Amino acid sequence: MNALAVQDLGVRLRGTDVLRGVSFDLPRASCLAVIGPNGAGKTVLLRALIGAVPYTGRVTWAADTVLGYVPQKLDIERDLPLNGHDFLRAKAALAGGPDTLRAEALRSVGLPEEVLSTPIGNMSGGQFQRLLIAFALLGRPNVLLLDEPAAGIDAPGQAQLNEVIRSLQETRAMTVLLVSHDLSVVYRYADHVLCLGPRGACFGPPRSALTPETLYEVYGQPLGFHVHDHP
Amino acid sequence: MSTTIHEWAPQLGALALSALMAVAAGLIGSFAVMRRLVLAADPMSHIALPGIGIALILRFNPLWGALALLLLGAVLIWGVERRTRIATEAVIGVTFAVALAVGSTMTSGEELIDALLGAPGTLTLPEAVFGVVGALIVIGFVLRQRNALVVRLVSPEIALTSNVDVARLDLYFLLAFALTIGLGLRFLGVLLMGSLIIIPAAIARRFARGLSTMLTISVVLAVASTAAGTYVASLAGRPSGPFIVMVAGGLFFLSLLRRRET
Repeated sequence: MNALAVQDLGVRLRGTDVLRGVSFDLPRASCLAVIGPNGAGKTVLLRALIGAVPYTGRVTWAADTVLGYVPQKLDIERDLPLNGHDFLRAKAALAGGPDTLRAEALRSVGLPEEVLSTPIGNMSGGQFQRLLIAFALLGRPNVLLLDEPAAGIDAPGQAQLNEVIRSLQETRAMTVLLVSHDLSVVYRYADHVLCLGPRGACFGPPRSALTPETLYEVYGQPLGFHVHDHP
Repeated sequence: MSTTIHEWAPQLGALALSALMAVAAGLIGSFAVMRRLVLAADPMSHIALPGIGIALILRFNPLWGALALLLLGAVLIWGVERRTRIATEAVIGVTFAVALAVGSTMTSGEELIDALLGAPGTLTLPEAVFGVVGALIVIGFVLRQRNALVVRLVSPEIALTSNVDVARLDLYFLLAFALTIGLGLRFLGVLLMGSLIIIPAAIARRFARGLSTMLTISVVLAVASTAAGTYVASLAGRPSGPFIVMVAGGLFFLSLLRRRET
């Protein structure tokens, strides 16, 4: 059964076609990676899927869908007087649900409670990304959309974050849509890949979608990406 | 002849009313400052001017004319921003310029000064009732919607996936903002009400590291400025508006002496 069906999706912003003719079906509890060069419309795709930008075509989520959205790196002013407690409390109040959910969400993303008293503009990139994921989890989503969650985070932090997403998908049977520039991550974690490029979109399992030929077509230049098969 | 507050509750009633107005200004100001609408508060208050002019021509209470134009202005700004995706402060700025141009052709001399700096004299009963009800509406809105406002502030997209109707929330926020300016018109005038909304919140932002502290400091300073300004004005026998804003401005400059901890 599908979590999401997209048919002939198009988005036009300021007179320019940002997305055109995007179609794919996403089974439940699977992980879709969206790849493509800068400006290919990856973020716009996620924003269309959550209904934040007008689109043509059809987007059909399963009837019981609860979305959790983790946006691309947000530009938060350093002196904004909102701390992690304020942010999570706001979501908990909007979403309802038991108090235990908060501790569980923090544990899932590996964020210590004491970090929450820091203003969100003063948190490190990794801390804030984890907070955003914890925030999304408080709504008890069954679909998680993440827009380059590891951007701007150091290598060990990225690896941890990828593991967090992976374990959420496995333990909670979540459907995950992930925008990523890291093709090795895509290869390792994704069940399906959607490539957005200047010549249109392609969709398929990583092994068939991530060939040198498709990558050349998507990125417009040869990429030095090699698949390492680990047992 | 209209009933005046002086007949049934001298000064105390007026003081309670101005305190309520200050609480509303401190609360809505906190979110306006966090949303970087600082520069929008003053222009927004000037949208009231044509309404005052129309009311004077048609000979009804300028407050109602001002209020009608403020609320209309809020809806207009919301609509233009949604249709064109221009930043809120830019839309407010343009609307303000047009309103000021239209307003200046309709009002003149003393009337304009009263409208800008607040008219002296006692409040009528309908004005007092409007003050109390309006302030309670604004206070209730901010306290009830604070969670949605916080999430909207961080990211409209996140708000959308947290069951917040962002478009409606934005409209209500602008209406509450316009209403707050309307509340202060009789006391402070259009020129100064924007300052009472912004200055206490701007001071609070320098020191607060969390939402509750931000709201508390902002409200306390707004009420303290209003009380102290009114007191000094009564000693000097002058309208209270300019003194209230001078106290708030003085507190702001004092706050600059202490460096913010980050």
